[in-house]
Amino acid sequence: MDQFLQQLLNGVTLGSLYALIAVGYTVVYGIVQLINFAHGEVFMIGAFGSLATWTLFFKGQTGLWVLPFMIIGAVLASVAVALLLERVAYRPLRNAPRLAPLITAIGISVFLQEAVRLFYPGAKSALPFPQIDLVTGAAFQVGGITVRRSAIFVIGALVVCAVLLWFFINRTKMGRGMLAVSQDPDTARLMGINVDRIIAVAFAIGAALAGVAGVAQGLQNSNIDFFIGFMAGLKAFTAAVLGGIGNIYGAVVGGLVLGVVEAMAVQFIPGTFGGSPWKDVWAFVLLIVVLVFRPQGLMGARVVDRA
Amino acid sequence: MSAMLEVKDLRVSYGKIEAVKGISFSVGQGEVVCLIGTNGAGKTTTLRTISGLIRPTSGEITFEGKRLDGVPAHEIVTLGLAHSPEGRRIFPRLSVEENLLLGAFSRNDGEIKSDLQAAYDLFPILGERSKQPAGTFSGGEQQMLAMGRAMMSRPKLLMLDEPSMGLSPIMMQRIMSTVKTLQSQGTTILLVEQNARAALKLADKGYVLEVGHVVLEGSGHDLLHSDAVRKAYLGED
Ligand SMILES: Nc1ncnc2c1ncn2[C@@H]1O[C@H](COP(=O)(O)OP(=O)(O)OP(=O)(O)O)[C@@H](O)[C@H]1O
Ligand SMILES: [Mg+2]
Repeated sequence: MDQFLQQLLNGVTLGSLYALIAVGYTVVYGIVQLINFAHGEVFMIGAFGSLATWTLFFKGQTGLWVLPFMIIGAVLASVAVALLLERVAYRPLRNAPRLAPLITAIGISVFLQEAVRLFYPGAKSALPFPQIDLVTGAAFQVGGITVRRSAIFVIGALVVCAVLLWFFINRTKMGRGMLAVSQDPDTARLMGINVDRIIAVAFAIGAALAGVAGVAQGLQNSNIDFFIGFMAGLKAFTAAVLGGIGNIYGAVVGGLVLGVVEAMAVQFIPGTFGGSPWKDVWAFVLLIVVLVFRPQGLMGARVVDRA
Repeated sequence: MSAMLEVKDLRVSYGKIEAVKGISFSVGQGEVVCLIGTNGAGKTTTLRTISGLIRPTSGEITFEGKRLDGVPAHEIVTLGLAHSPEGRRIFPRLSVEENLLLGAFSRNDGEIKSDLQAAYDLFPILGERSKQPAGTFSGGEQQMLAMGRAMMSRPKLLMLDEPSMGLSPIMMQRIMSTVKTLQSQGTTILLVEQNARAALKLADKGYVLEVGHVVLEGSGHDLLHSDAVRKAYLGED
């Protein structure tokens, strides 16, 4: 039982990270029907933005008060890169065939990875991520379960982000504008909604959450490298599709389900096919199975929408 | 006095196909002007071009002395020009109230709440079902919502594209009398209609479009009684 609860916690932790990133795929897709395959790199840039903030302004500090600044640094870096991408790479291709932005995204991914690898000091190999009081350090025991401090940060971050996002979409004018654009962009323009601006906002929201995820990743793994965006991005995209691409709450549910399934597969599938080397395989098996029986994803692929 | 809306030699193409081939017309302050014509004549294309959703290949559109061609659609609304599109195009998964509030998206004044009430007074059913998803409305109810939503921007000129499409005769009466009411309250109206009789009856002025050209124009009364219109559009002989 303890083992099960332990894996459940591990799964939810991992899943929260996936969910934070997955929202970015889904919110952009819901507005412009575009898969931003460079989104994993936006997450990676967030992690480096956070590290850079610490290195430049707070080097040597471990107090919890530094964390908000690191989060702000991460979010600023992610959002800036995402907005730049949207403006210079995706916007000119908005009416191009679907393949064009897709290939562009792959090119951008490689570009961003290499840019960080070559120009961020020391990033040719993994860099240690700052340890922060209270959110890293010794785990504590609850019953028979080991709770890592960073796990609390990740799960808490997802909860806070999800609540803020809900509020933004359902209770603000800009959020209502987003819903309108996702349902009918031309008519939204007739309402006086600047669709270009809404698209930029969608990119920015996804990037902000990816930036927070970047901090979470650093705290959890205690180091980061230029390639972390690849696997995380792939998993988060899987989570978004699993939950129903375009559905924000689907992305959250998809992320959590994917994380839990991975954690359980590692623990409970016996023999050759169990253990962590196979967890990615099980993640994608889950995706395939869900898509065969429920092609619209778990929560239904609607455009950006309240669940 | 120059007209509120002036369209001059307007040409609009979809790729190689020219849908509007040099049309000119005008709408004066306080008038109801209608565009009638067969399917594919270019009526919807004309309205979409005026509201900035499509760029013309040539010609001029002037609204209260200001050139509109080239102004982005979302800014045109703020100038006082609302467009209730063909097929109603309400936002189906948003509530009635949210649809109406979207109509006021371009506004920042404090009177949006009272205009919401005005829309509910105009169409009481909208008020009774304000929290209901708009997609569950019937066609006629959706049309009322689309008109109410367009009015929420406080337009000087309201463009309606086939508001009676698919409606029962009673509902159509209702919509047409609302058009009259809005006119009496000071809104200028550009009306596109398949139902030529109903439209011409209340129009001050009408234009007949055929394959991208204006083939006939005149007062609503004259067109209603002209032989050409009676034969081609009113099914009389
Ligand atoms: N998006 C489009 N792409 C290509 N051609 C189009 C497009 N929209 C309209 N057309 C063509 O332009 C012409 C004019 O169409 P439009 O919709 O303006 O006609 P309409 O007068 O509104 O007709 P209806 O009474 O059927 O609504 C038609 O021949 C139509 O096929
Ligand atoms: Mg039409």
